[in-house]
Amino acid sequence: MSALAAIPTTHDEDWRYADAAVLATLTPDKLANWKTVDIAPGKTQRHTMVVGSAAPELHRIRIQVAEGARAEMFVVNNGAAYTRVEVEVRLAKGAHFEFGGVTIGGGDATREFVTRVDHAEPEATSSQIIRSVHWGQAIGNFLGRIEVARDAQKTDAEQNFRAILLEKGASANTKPELEIFADDVKCAHGAAIGQLDQQAAFYMAARGLPPEVARKLLVQAFVADAFTAMGEDGESARLLDTALATLGEAAL
Amino acid sequence: MLKIENLHATVADKPILKGLSLTIKAGQIHAIMGPNGAGKSTLSYVLGGRPGYEVTQGSVTFDGQDLLALDPHERAAAGLFLGFQYPVEIPGVSNVQFLREAANSQRKQRGEAELSGGDFLKLAKEKAGLLRMDMEMLKRNVNVGFSGGEKKRAEMVQMGILDPKLAILDETDSGLDIDALRIVGDGINAIMRKPDKAVLLITHYQRLLDYVKPDVVHVLADGRIVKSGGPELALELEREGYEAVVA
Repeated sequence: MSALAAIPTTHDEDWRYADAAVLATLTPDKLANWKTVDIAPGKTQRHTMVVGSAAPELHRIRIQVAEGARAEMFVVNNGAAYTRVEVEVRLAKGAHFEFGGVTIGGGDATREFVTRVDHAEPEATSSQIIRSVHWGQAIGNFLGRIEVARDAQKTDAEQNFRAILLEKGASANTKPELEIFADDVKCAHGAAIGQLDQQAAFYMAARGLPPEVARKLLVQAFVADAFTAMGEDGESARLLDTALATLGEAAL
Repeated sequence: MLKIENLHATVADKPILKGLSLTIKAGQIHAIMGPNGAGKSTLSYVLGGRPGYEVTQGSVTFDGQDLLALDPHERAAAGLFLGFQYPVEIPGVSNVQFLREAANSQRKQRGEAELSGGDFLKLAKEKAGLLRMDMEMLKRNVNVGFSGGEKKRAEMVQMGILDPKLAILDETDSGLDIDALRIVGDGINAIMRKPDKAVLLITHYQRLLDYVKPDVVHVLADGRIVKSGGPELALELEREGYEAVVA
């Protein structure tokens, strides 16, 4: 095996919707830069992140969730350049992984979440909710793989991706992958890509809400799903505000 | 208050309104009745400014302004309220948040001071009480999980809070049982029967008019007002049917 990790291209399944021009600038050290997190048996750890800037960003995180432990991750990805958050999770017996992610923005940036959740042992559960709001020429992606090992009975895994495109020219891609080797499991995935509800928009206008206010309310309702699992605390409000502030930059 | 002259409108290039004229004065309640497909709902959407409803000819003056030149949210701020035949569900947005934003957006557009949270809740509570609606329902998402009758009562609570000059109520009576019909009728009277306000009721049936007595009744057929009269016209329509009266 070569000492250098191969630089991925868009021919690699896990990178198929990535920004090819940015991939060409990646170096092995950036690719090898995995942050690792170990969560001890029975413990709960929550990570909240706001990622993205004017420069491309790659965030790679590997989480080992021990027996009966719980990993929670909530992310707003609103970079102005290619921004990728990649999460690999291994769930031990009865462990849980909760993921709430929002990609939001305009310009011509690609913003993506890539998750691989390994239900390695029985009775683990996982729930992933991703919401994507884009305009301009921007692209929002979600690639989610769920692996259920042969003896990981009673696995309960779900992922749900929904995207709205506020303008023609924006796009969204999703690639759910389920690899199930056990037989007593529940795995659900759903995906939908659409536009803001025009009926709701007119209803709001008919009550006096200017388009930008109506849009903000509708987008707020849409992305809030990703943070519902946080409960009503200051942290979820902060993430929601951060995501909605991005919308304020849109000249629609 | 409202003057519609020779209004022509199309939906998806199909002519629906074909020269409709109508004048409503302050203090009046008018009812428009007519068979399915006559253009009743189209009239309400054209006045509300719904995208896809194209005015091809004619004019509408509301309170001295060219209504058709205003965007839908500006029409609302100018004092026009459109009661929907099918109120829209908005998951994730509570009635309280929606209506507070709506009331304050209208106030802002009119250059008035915005309502504080406390003042808004007081107002909402009063208007909900008028329609016998529990405040708990207003904390729920807009129209989500509401029955047909609850949606119509919620529309009237919205009307009470927004306090328009002119309400166009599109089949507000549909989906209401007898008790709810009385509550909604009483609500319309309490909120809108005032010398400086007016109502245009769009309805299929006479029954709402038992509670909200119209000053003028119009029959709409094939995109035009074909007959106007007093409240007795509604009774005649109910008794003899549209075909007999219009012929």
